[in-house]
Amino acid sequence: MEQQYSFSSNLEVKNLSCFRNEQVLFSKINLSLSPENVLFLQGENGSGKTSLLRILCGFRLPDEGEITWGGDPAARIPEYFQNISYIGHKNGIKDELSVEENLNLMRSMATASEIKTEDVLKKIGLFKQADVISRQLSAGQKRKLALARLMMTNNSFWILDEPFTSLDKASVGFFESLIKQHITRGGMLILTSHHEIDLSGLSVNHFSLSN
Amino acid sequence: MFNAWVQIFKRDLLIAFRRRSEIIHPIIFFVMVISLFPLAIGDDKVLLQKIAPAIIWVTALLATMLSLDNLFRTDFEDGSLEQMTMLKTPLSLLVTAKIAAHWFITGLPLILITPLLAVLLYMPSESISMLLLTLLLGTPTLSIIGAVGIALTVGLRQGGVILSLLILPLYIPVLIFATLALQNVEQGFSAEAQLAMMLAILVLAITLSPFAIAAALKVSLN
Repeated sequence: MEQQYSFSSNLEVKNLSCFRNEQVLFSKINLSLSPENVLFLQGENGSGKTSLLRILCGFRLPDEGEITWGGDPAARIPEYFQNISYIGHKNGIKDELSVEENLNLMRSMATASEIKTEDVLKKIGLFKQADVISRQLSAGQKRKLALARLMMTNNSFWILDEPFTSLDKASVGFFESLIKQHITRGGMLILTSHHEIDLSGLSVNHFSLSN
Repeated sequence: MFNAWVQIFKRDLLIAFRRRSEIIHPIIFFVMVISLFPLAIGDDKVLLQKIAPAIIWVTALLATMLSLDNLFRTDFEDGSLEQMTMLKTPLSLLVTAKIAAHWFITGLPLILITPLLAVLLYMPSESISMLLLTLLLGTPTLSIIGAVGIALTVGLRQGGVILSLLILPLYIPVLIFATLALQNVEQGFSAEAQLAMMLAILVLAITLSPFAIAAALKVSLN
């Protein structure tokens, strides 16, 4: 049994609004998420899912409203941001580095988990490609490498934006089980996905953004 | 905290080594442009000697600008920058690692190759050592100031034009003090005042601009 996360708390989003190009993307939305829960964001293309996730990560400032973590404004808690594992549309891996170098870089930058790089490579099925320069990987392999970031750190709050783009079935299954493990350890997850994801057995809240 | 700094520094050097053509380009530009001057001016030793500091410094300035574009662009495009903002180590510290690596692979080679080019322009040896000293104090400043401009424009589609408008005026003080120092040495005066000013500008740039760069990068990510 894996250890429980030490840094977990309740996330609350109050009256959050986001404007883009003088248009309202979403307005006055309220959300909450507590440990051992999943929040599944749904909505059409352009409904503001990515913008919402980027606001939660601190890349964008909310135009209105606030985000609180354990009751305090998240913007004033540096640990809140450090505790997020964000995998967005961009993979965040360096094309010039090999698979293994990329993984080691992810590990050295943050509070590392105890898992060995070798084990991660085996789990995501890139063990044979450890020394391959990332540019030469296929889109799906790159995505797996990007998602491997989740295993390299001990962050309890995962924000995943379309995580399973271009992944094959087996890999999707692996990352689904990884998510389940993460949640049962007391982790939190917000994700968007147009793929079918099997999260049976977990407490999943759905939230729909509509124009 | 400093582990992350070292990792970023090492990572950037490794990436630069694997994309050698991009490092070599500014250096080739530097060598080519400077060696064009003797060709264009002819064998006028006195004239070349007189304008040599200006030629080398202006070209160094342009070569630095040329090399800057890649400083944050790839990190911005592949999402590494997003990841860097969420680390325990402050972004303002991490950007100094990137700038240090950048200077290491562009500024330092320029300085190393300069004595050769200075001889080509008939510079006397005492001027050459002063030239190297001004470059040593000046090119890090150029890299740092340039980083501010790049951080501001990295999110724009056509940042290149704005970049030159933004940065070149800020390069002028460095250029003035450097060439003034060289003039003084040529005329047999001391250049200490100019060197002290250049050092002061460098210290000011190192201490203040990382915060500006980090803030600008966060704006660009928005």
